[in-house]
Amino acid sequence: MDSALIPRGVKRCPVWQFALGLGIVGIVLLWGVYAMLLCWFKGLNQTNMNDYYGFALWIWADLAVIALGGGAFFTGFLRYLIGKDELKNIINFAVVIGFICYSSALLILAIDVGQPLRSWFIFWHANVHSMLTEVAFCLSCYFGVLTIEYIPLILENRQINKIPFFHNLGHNMHEIMAVFAATGAFLSFFHQGSLGGVSGVLFGRPFAVREGVLIWPWTFFLFTWSAAAYGPCFTLLVTRITEVVSGKKLVKENVVQLLAKISGWMIGTYIIAKIIDTWYWAAVTAPARGFSLMDFYSGNALYGIWILIAEIVVGGVVPAAILLTNTGRRNSTARLVAITLGVIGICLNRWVMVLQTMAVPVMTFDTWQLYYPSWQEVATTILPVAYGIILVMISFRYLPIFPQETELNPIVTPDHQIEESVSDQPPLVTAQDLSPAES
Amino acid sequence: MKQGHHPVKKYGMVIDLDKCTGCGACMVACMSENNVPFREDESNKQDSITWMKVYKLTNGKTYPDTEICYLPRPCQHCEGHDGHPPCVSVCPATATDYDKETGIVSQIYTRCFGCRYCMAACPYHARYFNWWDPIWPDGMEKYLNPNVSPRMRGVVEKCNLCFHRYQQARDKAIFEGRSEVAEEEYQTACAQACPAGAITFGDLNNPSHAVHQIVLPDNKHSGRPKNPHAFRLLEKLGTNPKIYYLSSREWVRRAGDNYLTGESGSSKTTSHG
Repeated sequence: MDSALIPRGVKRCPVWQFALGLGIVGIVLLWGVYAMLLCWFKGLNQTNMNDYYGFALWIWADLAVIALGGGAFFTGFLRYLIGKDELKNIINFAVVIGFICYSSALLILAIDVGQPLRSWFIFWHANVHSMLTEVAFCLSCYFGVLTIEYIPLILENRQINKIPFFHNLGHNMHEIMAVFAATGAFLSFFHQGSLGGVSGVLFGRPFAVREGVLIWPWTFFLFTWSAAAYGPCFTLLVTRITEVVSGKKLVKENVVQLLAKISGWMIGTYIIAKIIDTWYWAAVTAPARGFSLMDFYSGNALYGIWILIAEIVVGGVVPAAILLTNTGRRNSTARLVAITLGVIGICLNRWVMVLQTMAVPVMTFDTWQLYYPSWQEVATTILPVAYGIILVMISFRYLPIFPQETELNPIVTPDHQIEESVSDQPPLVTAQDLSPAES
Repeated sequence: MKQGHHPVKKYGMVIDLDKCTGCGACMVACMSENNVPFREDESNKQDSITWMKVYKLTNGKTYPDTEICYLPRPCQHCEGHDGHPPCVSVCPATATDYDKETGIVSQIYTRCFGCRYCMAACPYHARYFNWWDPIWPDGMEKYLNPNVSPRMRGVVEKCNLCFHRYQQARDKAIFEGRSEVAEEEYQTACAQACPAGAITFGDLNNPSHAVHQIVLPDNKHSGRPKNPHAFRLLEKLGTNPKIYYLSSREWVRRAGDNYLTGESGSSKTTSHG
């Protein structure tokens, strides 16, 4: 029914199957939308946040998706600025994932504020000293960049591409894509960093505060570094999931291994920096404020020292070790374990920097505060996941996201069908020719 | 009256914990004076608003050595580093401000959009979010303080040292041709309500004010008290608060900050409210 919209040379599931999938995920999406409307109309009393947990699940989700979406800017940086040509075969998908992550972050932020209609105050009454101001500006600008990077992909849809104006627009946008990739990398450096700064500047919170250079705490650099390191892990993980769901290989092994290797080096160097940071914080920063390391990891039911070990060793050292070795990288199971652990590790890092910061008592007569989210918070956090799945489904079905798909999955069809297809082909382009990264 | 023509003030208070009985009159006076909203069920103290909150501390010892102490905690009106308190520098919309003329940390309710970053930054939990719109019992609207605007759902609020009283006192002084507000003309509701006289409020920079005479702030060292019985909460964090506490008991003074085991010759004392 929708075959005219499907990219040439690829096979997609029947419409009913696609619609069924959309319907199931759509129900989850609607559940999230309902919770979102409750929060907007009834207020944040719908959540389990309180005066100890002003920052909670949503802020974690924001930080996590932005870190995971870091694959877009870093892959673009590697492809366009460093010249890793092979990555043209995965950058489209990295852009789609980045777009989903950043639009999700903006949506969550819009739900998370007490007076959503005043959200523009952050731009109008901007406080230049606040890390959140920097986050807001860079995040919005980078979302604009991601949109610009996503548009040419949409224009490559078979039917849209038939229209000369859109064809030429897409082609010209591809021509200048390196400029946007550079802009994206620049903006990402600052907003990823300022998200790290959000917790690092809290000098009233000994668990979060870090020394630094000039106005930037060390967390500023660690967050940027970690987003560049772990973002590609998420790109690879979602690519693998898409391959499993679609039942076909979409990206060649050499491309996956290259990105995995770069990610491994980034994680390896990041985790060394993180260990140094943690050691300095535990040995110097916290004791100067009257806290020993174990003050932060004892006396409560959840935050034991295990979480620090899980974050650094399981989510950092182990994936780095696997991805840095030829054997580990080439073994698809080991590689999958590594990128999964990496994704969990970075999410855990963002979790402790937000939630554990709120949980640790600072005044001596205060106590540990633990929190669990309300169903409205959970639903609105799952909402962007459902939205992301739907966007991936639609993009995968109707856009030439994976330039190597046709080569990896040749379709044997009767001759007359091929002729029919050829007669329907636009005269100027093929999906392969128009892969945005390549153009 | 033009700002900047008069000595810079640092309004603050000293609370004598040896005198405080924990009666809660300061809390009631504060809520009444500042139109602080409340709910029918106030049992969950983590989402109820108490600009002035009284903590109960114990020395952690068993009977008969048990001692208790009540510690009223308003906003500490931190000066931070050079007028950058933990909460002010983080607010993305400039909805909270450190007034260098008075030392008061303000909150602009109509500009706050409820991101709650300031709450995350405050180690004293002195900032409160309006999770609900205020609903006053029938007839109570008539008893609200007309000089203080009630806050709406979705914004942060906190103690502002009854700033409206300062504005009124300053207006009166100007009207009468005076350039200075007298000590007794500007007093906070909690200081006036305390039956034990435990709260002393005034200008920490003014040697004639009682608060200065009691605390003896050392402005060369970020206002640290020279009075050996005076202390500030979480001094080590560098928040530089303007709320001081007095106690003759060492365990109470030590409860004001965190110490490593064995630090300064004694073990870490942790008390809980």
